[in-house]
This record gives sequence, C-alpha cells and structure tokens, in this order.
Amino acid sequence: MSAITALFGEPTPAPDGSEVARALRQAASERILIMDGAMGTEIQTLGLTEEHFRGERFQGCECHLQGNNDLLTLTQPAAIEDIHYRYALAGADILETNTFSSTTIAQADYGMEDAVYELNRDGARLARRAGLRAQDKDGRRRFVAGALGPTNRTASISPDVNNPGYRAVSFDDLRLAYGQQLRGLIDGGTDIVLIETIFDTLNAKAAVFATLEVFAERGITLPVMISGTITDLSGRTLSGQTPTAFWYSLRHARPFSIGLNCALGANAMRPHLAELSGVADTLICAYPNAGLPNEFGAYDESPEEMAAQIAGFARDGLVNIVGGCCGSTPAHIKAIAEAVVGHVPRSGLDTNVQARL
Amino acid sequence: MAPFAPRPIPGIAPQMRLSGLEPFTLTKDIPFINVGERTNVTGSAKFRKLITAGDYAAALDVARDQVANGAQVIDINMDEGLIDSKQAMIEFLNLIAAEPDIARVPVMIDSSKWEVIEAGLKCVQGKSIVNSISLKEGEASFLHQARLCRAYGASVVVMAFDEQGQADSRQRKVEICTRAYRILTEEVGFPPEDIIFDPNIFAVATGIEEHNNYGVDFIEATREIVATLPHVHISGGVSNLSFSFRGNEPVREAMHAVFLYHAIQAGMDMGIVNAGQLIVYDAIEPELREACEDVVLNRRPDATDRLLALAERFKGAAGREAKERDLRWREWTVDKRLEHALVNGITEFIVDDTEEARLVAARPLHVIEGPLMAGMNVVGDLFGAGKMFLPQVVKSARVMKQAVAVLLPYMEAEKLAEGGEARQSAGKVLMATVKGDVHDIGKNIVGVVLACNNYEIIDLGVMVPAAKILEVARAEKVDIIGLSGLITPSLDEMVHVASEMQREGMNLPLLIGGATTSRVHTAVKIHPRYDLGQTVYVTDASRAVGVVSNLLSPEARDPYIETIRADYRKVAEAHARSEREKQRLPLERARANRHRADWSAYRPTTPTFLGTRVFDGWDLGDLARYIDWTPFFQTWEMKGVYPKIFDDERQGAAARQLFADAQAMLAQIIAEKWFVPKAVIGFWPAGATGDDIQLFTDESRETPLATLHTLRQQMAKRDGRANMALADFVAPTESGIGDYVGGFVVTAGIEEVAIAERFERANDDYAAILVKALADRFAEAFAERMHERVRKELWGYAAEEAFEPEALIAEPYAGIRPAPGYPAQPDHTEKTTLFDLLDAEAAIGVRLTESFAMWPGSSVSGLYIGHPEAYYFGVAKVERDQVEDYARRKGMSVLEVERWLGPILNYVPKPAEAAE
Repeated sequence: MSAITALFGEPTPAPDGSEVARALRQAASERILIMDGAMGTEIQTLGLTEEHFRGERFQGCECHLQGNNDLLTLTQPAAIEDIHYRYALAGADILETNTFSSTTIAQADYGMEDAVYELNRDGARLARRAGLRAQDKDGRRRFVAGALGPTNRTASISPDVNNPGYRAVSFDDLRLAYGQQLRGLIDGGTDIVLIETIFDTLNAKAAVFATLEVFAERGITLPVMISGTITDLSGRTLSGQTPTAFWYSLRHARPFSIGLNCALGANAMRPHLAELSGVADTLICAYPNAGLPNEFGAYDESPEEMAAQIAGFARDGLVNIVGGCCGSTPAHIKAIAEAVVGHVPRSGLDTNVQARL
Repeated sequence: MAPFAPRPIPGIAPQMRLSGLEPFTLTKDIPFINVGERTNVTGSAKFRKLITAGDYAAALDVARDQVANGAQVIDINMDEGLIDSKQAMIEFLNLIAAEPDIARVPVMIDSSKWEVIEAGLKCVQGKSIVNSISLKEGEASFLHQARLCRAYGASVVVMAFDEQGQADSRQRKVEICTRAYRILTEEVGFPPEDIIFDPNIFAVATGIEEHNNYGVDFIEATREIVATLPHVHISGGVSNLSFSFRGNEPVREAMHAVFLYHAIQAGMDMGIVNAGQLIVYDAIEPELREACEDVVLNRRPDATDRLLALAERFKGAAGREAKERDLRWREWTVDKRLEHALVNGITEFIVDDTEEARLVAARPLHVIEGPLMAGMNVVGDLFGAGKMFLPQVVKSARVMKQAVAVLLPYMEAEKLAEGGEARQSAGKVLMATVKGDVHDIGKNIVGVVLACNNYEIIDLGVMVPAAKILEVARAEKVDIIGLSGLITPSLDEMVHVASEMQREGMNLPLLIGGATTSRVHTAVKIHPRYDLGQTVYVTDASRAVGVVSNLLSPEARDPYIETIRADYRKVAEAHARSEREKQRLPLERARANRHRADWSAYRPTTPTFLGTRVFDGWDLGDLARYIDWTPFFQTWEMKGVYPKIFDDERQGAAARQLFADAQAMLAQIIAEKWFVPKAVIGFWPAGATGDDIQLFTDESRETPLATLHTLRQQMAKRDGRANMALADFVAPTESGIGDYVGGFVVTAGIEEVAIAERFERANDDYAAILVKALADRFAEAFAERMHERVRKELWGYAAEEAFEPEALIAEPYAGIRPAPGYPAQPDHTEKTTLFDLLDAEAAIGVRLTESFAMWPGSSVSGLYIGHPEAYYFGVAKVERDQVEDYARRKGMSVLEVERWLGPILNYVPKPAEAAE
C-alpha cells in the first residue's frame, strides 16, 4: 500500500463535472487563467538518483527506473506534492498531474505497466492535495488537470520506412491505455481531462474516444482540455497537420480549451497560436517552453523574458489560459501570472469554495 | 497592474469543416465538392484490379492523380468480394498517411459494411466523412453508428434508406431524410452541418418507364431538403445516373454534366465524380446537351430513344484533352531531375533517371555522393527552414532508397571486379536511445532514412545501457554507433557511452543526435572523451546519410574527419571563450586574485608640485606633431591605418584628398591660432584602500581629500592572470609607501564650437565637420603631449624617456592615463570627482553635462598612474555583488549605479518595484 493511499483513505468520490465546468467557465470569463509549469524541469533540480526513483517500493526491481518521473508519484510523493504546491502558490489555477507517461504504453519501457492505475490515481491525489493546501492558504480554488501525454508511439506514422503501412501502435491500443489511465485519474479526483503535447492527432483522437467512453461508463462529464505541439519551423504537428486542420480533427470533443504547448518558445509559437485563436470557437490555452534549450539542454529564458512574450499573447487577445512547459519554473509562472492577470485578487473569485471541502 | 481581458470566444459559422493534413471548409463560395471516385473499387475497374493484385504503389498513384486533378476529398471504397475489404481499407489509409501530397485532403471512408468503416476511422488523423449510414436496419443500429461517427469525429453521409428500403420517390426521400435529421440532431447531438444526405441517384434512360423520373425526383427532393433541414448538405453517386450508357464515356460525361448543372442549382453541394473527367455544361455539344437534358429532366416520353440514337455518333469522339500533369521538369538536366524527384518525393521516374546518371558517372558511387546527396541536402535545407515537414522528408528518403537500389548491383559488380567481397549493405549502423531516456521518434526517423540508403540498421530501442551498446556493437561488428536522446540527462549519458568506448579501446564513429544534443555539446563534452574514434553531431535525419557515407567512404573518411575535428576545435575554443566571458567570480574571489605589484622594490617619484596647475598658450605647431591620424580617418568612416590607408585600392584616393584638405586647414589653424588649447593637471598623495584610491590633502597623508573608486574584473581568469582594478596600480595606504596619483583635463579650446557654427551658417558642412575632427585630434595630441611632459618633467618618474612623437601612439612608456568611461573604469560618474579636484570649469572652461559628457567636445580627461606595471585593461561585465558593494562605497543607490553601468551589468537588473 502506498503512503498516499493511507493519507487519503478511500477513493475520492467522482467529481461533479458540471460544477467544475461552471466554476472554470465563470473564472475564465473574468480573467485569463493560469496553468502551472514544467514538472520535469523541477524534478531535475532535485538531483534524484536511481535509488530515489526506486524508493522503498521498487528497491529490488531488476529494471532501470531513473528518468521515470511519473514513478516519483509513488516513490517520492512529498517531492511531487511540493512541486504542485509551489506552482499553486506561484499563481497557477490549474495544476497538471504528474502523469504524462502514466500509460501502459509509455511505462512498458520501464516494465511498470502494473503500476499505471496507481500512478494516475495517486498522481491526481497529490495535485489535488497541493491545490487544497494552497486554497487553505489563500482562499483561491485550484483545479486539477489529469494529464494524458502522447505516449512514445505514433498511430499515423510508421517507424519502418520499408513498410510505410506498418504501425507500432493502433488506435485501439491507445484507446484502451488512455481509458485505463483516465479511470485512475478520475478515482484520484481529477477535475479536468488534459490531452496534451499532441504530436500525432490520431493518438489524441484515441484519447478523446477513450474519454467519451469512460465518461459514459461513469455517468460523468468533465471539462476536456486539448493541447497540440507544433514541432518545428514548418508550423505543423509531427504527423504533418496545420494548426487549423488539427483543430478541425478534434473539435468533436467539444473541449473546454484547445491550444498548443511544448517544443517552441512563446515567440516561435505565436503565429500558430494566432491561427488557432482565429478558428477555434472555444477557449485558447498556451503553455510554451521557456525558450529553446541551449546547447547543453538547459532552458535559459528568464521568468521576465518569458512573461513579457506571454503578456503579448494576452494583450493581443489570443489566449484564455496560459502557463509554461519545459524549462519553466514556479518563478516563471509567478512572472506570467503577474504579467497577465496582475496581482491576483485575494478574494472575490471563489464564492463556492466550501462546496469542495 | 490591470489584468488583460480574456480572449472572447469567436463565433464560427456552421459549415462543414474537414481536414487531412490541411483544413477544408465547405463554404458558400464553393458550390460543389468533387469527391474523387477513382479510388473506389466499385467505381473504377482499374483501381479494383490494382487492389486485388495488391499493387498498392500504383493504387497510391491513382489517389495522387486525383488530388493533383483537384479532388477536394477522396472517396475510398474497398467493397470487393474477392478481397478482405477491412484489411484493404486499413492498409490503404495507412499508406496514404505516409503520402503528404495525398494526405493533405480529407478522405471519405466509403463502405456498405460498418466494420470496414469503423476500421477506417481508426486510421485517419483528420476529420473525414463516413459514407454511409442509414436507417436500413432500424433506429437502434442507426443511433449506435451515428454516435460512433461522432466519437471518432467524422461527418456522415446518410442514405435515404429505411426499414422499407431505398427511397425512390421525391416524397420518400424527403421523409426519410427528415426523420434521420431529427434523430441525429436531437438524440445524438450531431451538428447539422456535419450531415450529408444522399437521396439516391438512380439510373435513368434504362428503357423502364418508372425510371424516367429518377433524375427529377432527386433534384426536387434536394431542393426541399435543403429548404427545410438547415445546414445539411446533399451528395450523390453521379455515375449511377448513366449506368445504361456504360462504354460510351462522352455521353455519360454529358449526362453527368447536365445532371449536376440542375442538381447543384437545387442545392446539391457534393458528389462522387471523377475529378479528371468533369466537363463543363456549356462545352457540351448543344444537340447532345439538349438530348441529355430531356432525359435527366424527363421532359418528353421519347427522350431515352432520342439520346440512344445520338449516342452512337458521340461514342469515342472524346473531344476533350486528358488533363496533363505538369511534366516540364522532365526536360531538365538529370541532376536537376533527381533533385526534383527527391524534394517532391516522386518515385515514378527515379529508376530511369538514376540509370541515366550512372551511365555518365565514372563510378556508380559518384551518383550517390554527387547528385543524390546534393538533392538530399536541398531536402535538409528546406526542412531546416520549415519549408518541408517530416512526412515529406520521409518520402524523400524513400525516393533515395529506390535510386540507391538501382546503383547497388553496379557497385557490387565493381567491388567483385576489384577482387573485393560483395557485401549486402553499405554498412551496419547500431542505433539506440541512451539509458534513462525513452524518446525514440527521432532515432526511428534517422533509422528510416539510413535504411533507405541501404545501411543495415540494428535498433536497440530505448533506455539502452552503455554496456549493452558496446556489447552488441562488438558482437554484430557494426560500422557506426548512433546515440539519440531528448531529455537533458541523456547528454551526460552520451558522454558516458563515449568514455566507455574509449576505455574499451573502440574506434567506431559515434553519431550524436536528438532534440537536446548540439554541435557545441558534442564538441565540448563528448568529442574530447573519445579520441580513439570520431564523434559527429548530426543536426537532423536529413543529414544522417551524408555523415554516414562520408565516415564509411575510404576516400572521403580522413579529410572529412579532419574537417570535423577542425570545426570542433573552433567550436570548443569559442565556447571556452564565451564561458570565461560568462563565468563571473564572486567579488571576494576576484579581489583575492587581484594584481599584486612588487611594492617592496617600488620607490614612488615625488611630483614637482602637489595640487593643481593650469597650462595654456601652447604652440599648436608643436601639438600637431603629436596627432594620431588613424582615428581622424575613422571619424570619416574610413577604416585603415595611417599612412597605409593612402595605398588602399578602394579608398586611397579619397583618403589622400581628405588628408590634403585637413593639412590645408591645419596650416591655417596653426597660423591663425584658431584654437587656444588649455590644460589643468594635478598631483596628490594617494594610497589604495581595497578597490578605491584614497587621495590626501598633503604629504602628511592624514586628511583625506577625495576617493577615486575603481571597478574590478570579475571574469574567470586562467594561467595565473589577475582580476584587475586600477587601484591595484597604486601602493596600498597601509604599506607605508607614499604613492601619488595625478589627474588632468585638456581641451583644444572652446573656440572650436564657434568656428564650426560659422562654417555651418555658411552651409559648409564639410569644413564644419573637418574643423571639429581636427579639434578632437588636437585635444588628443595635447593629452599625449601633456602626458609626456608629466612623465619626463612634471611628475618626472621617467626623466630619461626619449620617444619620437609618432612612437607614442603605441604607448611604449611607463604609466597610464586611464579615463573614466573607458574600459579600465567604465563608470562615467567618476569624472565628477576628477573635475571637482581640478576645478576644471573655472580653470579652463570645461564642464560636465548631466550625462557626464565633456563640453566642449574636444576635451580629454583622465588619471595619471605612474607604476611601471600599470597597463590598460577592460573591466568587462560585473556582477550584482560588485555593483552593490560599489554603490555602498560611492554612497549611491544600487539602482542609480545600475543605470550608469547598464552596458556592463552581467545580470538583468530587477525592474523598479511598482508601488503596490
């Protein structure tokens, strides 16, 4: 039994999706909402070793676990919760769970498929608890966004050039894996479903399909956020779609927001975001990287530099939700929050806070 | 700060929005979408034959032609009894996904079997159209399928078909469509703009009287549906209409054109039509057109007979030209054709073109290293510039593969002829994503591109430990190892792999790639750890072939490696330089590394006077000898050293003319005494205290007079060199050695201003600039001359010095005269202290503006420091700790110091705190 299960007792009751949606919509109508920043960058600063990643639970494991950031949810829960908490205090309204790679497909590389349900359930719980602690401190409600990453396989690109019709993963493989991930996230009390860092729209369509299936199965509907990734200067996703084509391919999910994250810094992302903003009849969400990595893989863009660019998105009316991806830190999120929404008012936003406690 | 308003959600018109790789919106401006039908086994005999024969490459060409011919959506139908329709649908859609010039348009997944449709929906990333679903099997099944279409994100064609059968009359068509509309919009929540009704086009002119009105029924039903069911679309399979004229293409096409002309007017906006064979209504021969119209619109009882009678006449009279693809590029040189084929991913002619190139090349290998690699480099450049995207690059690699396949047998034969052993592949490449990293998309793409070029790829997958990489490399006797990684810690792991290869004495080339890797990291961190073999950074997949073929070519290898090594040496040096630039020492450490002069051997000379003294009435002719002319030409933006500048090919003549003009004016200045140069200098007892220089009122050195503040270098130094500050050249107060420091302000004279104004008023700008430039030279010459007198006479520490004036430019003398605002002391505000000490304005009329510039401009100021080890250095960038310390010493606020030192701050100052 993981330490977190003990802390939280029985599974969290299913969230009231329509209440979450109402609260989010209300907040989004008043101001630009703030997402948190990178989890990986923060974890890296902890300098964790293989031993840390294994924790007590996977001490005797044959496998190599260092780099499996999602696993820290189970082996270093306090560290993960602390990162969530620092982002919450930095001004984030929406906390992303540490579940980017918590699917059987992505965890297969580590032999951790069996831990997937727990990774997601506890991943949601950690973010949720950090959010509640922050709310206790400043009275402002935080939302938990259960993150569904792209996995490391693409459903519409063949890894074998001699066989362009081959696929390393199928729609149904992805659908089942995402469904399993989502059940864990919902049991952990996620408020939002976040399908993010989409390289290949077909993977995301499988995630949407799985989401609709699980919603039907549980009799709930949560807000869905969708975020694609423009991978290079061509202005397309890895699988070749333009931003508008990407939106048309996913519009049937009726998402709470559509947007872009990762791969590019804010300035490089801007034209693609502007295109999306012009065609999408839903909220727009952007969480770029803190610039591009330097030659040694680190991100140099300062909080002020990044915030100034994102303030430009806000000034020009391109966005409804902003945050940071790779290389961003709580200092970046704080700078972004201050640049975009000013000093967040202490009260007046959360009239129905008590309902959540 | 006021918050920014959230973006308002824009309203989007209810139009059908589809996508392939690119979006497609059916707007009002588009009267009709052609859905190509040549990739429909029920509509095209050719396509059916290709699919049943499993010739998917040719089948793809059919799809490509359709898109090239303007199909906005392509219909794909695999309903053929002899093949596994579901498997064929999956296979073909997956193949299309790898063809960007086809995949850019949306597809219509067409089957009468739901399981085939659903299998197809799982293969397309874009928003497609399902063709079709219907109420044929009742509401439950219809609802189920409609909900799934919605969940997969597809528009849907609904056939006018219900439990009773297919609707043939206008009334039945309208009834069924209305019922389906209600179910879809009210029970499923289907957006009406995503619904396409197909009210059934049946064959007319069949000889059966009941069929005669089918055209009219369709057109009229369309009109009513569009009027009563908002936002929906109408489609149909047009070729059904002319079924009875099979084999007579001209008549069929005329019938289709006539039918569409009327149906589109009624509201039909989509149809399954052969995009390459559409003719224009007006271009139909009038007699034929009228006969077709009679049939389609059921205008007379004998319409069928009349058309049949006409039909024979038009049979085979295909009066239209087949639409030709643009093949002008086929006329280019073979090299350009190969490049075009690579860039555009065209395989059609590659075999012939490669063969042609081989015949003119000395060796088959030269075709690869020459035109093919040149073409792939163009691909790499376009990809790097964002003008190609990845699926296109992968296609280019496939073209490359086919070209190499043509050459391979000849290369083998060549090798055998030379007595060598034939080998199956161009080389074995081991690829792995390093331990701790699971990202492999980039690695896979590189593998793909290399495999296309006949390299054998051994892919160890992700999270591969160094030991495994080395073990497999040895066991498999690979020729090259390629490492990939996306996350930052992978960089260290790559260094580790390189070190292990070195330790185990391997010498295989090592390729480095992946999102966080870089040429700099490779050159600085990996390459030095592995000198037994060569490490090469590979920018992107498109470059991999070039790198590998160079490394494995016996001829190219050594020069290539030499180039790489030279490049990495340069990169590493530049990096080390910039790192030293970037790395600042904490102030305490910089101070600990200060310059330590040997004070024990130093006996300062006592100046001939203490306090200040004014010098004027100087002979301009004497000063002119001290003029350094090189900066004079710089003033005129002419770069070059005097007097060599006169020989300069480009600007020599102009320089000579300018110099002649200057000499003429100079003679006049001297003769007419235009300027009255003045100087004020002073010497004071001084001693260094930390980074400051304390001046005293007199030799008792008890009463402080003023403090000169200096800044210290904070860059990391190597080779035992010190972190300098000007204070290091003055004997410390506590040493007991009584040192001195001087100061000066010289000016060419305030007359310059009035003279220049006079020339300006006379509109002689040239003379105005010339006189100012000469005044500047006089001021500098004066400073130089004064400094000489100070050394030899007034301070007198170098009484025996004897340099010619021209030699002084190289500063061969002992001691320096550093000026505030220049590199050794970049703080302009220090001039205030100097000007106060010398009382410069009262003494010689030179004053400081509010930005610490001197007025008049032709003035020079500075300190005199006499220690023989003193030299000019640059403080360069300083850190916050020094700025804070300096501000405290100067009694200024940090903000103010940051303002004046802005250009040399090595950090981003905090913005002024806004009041909250």
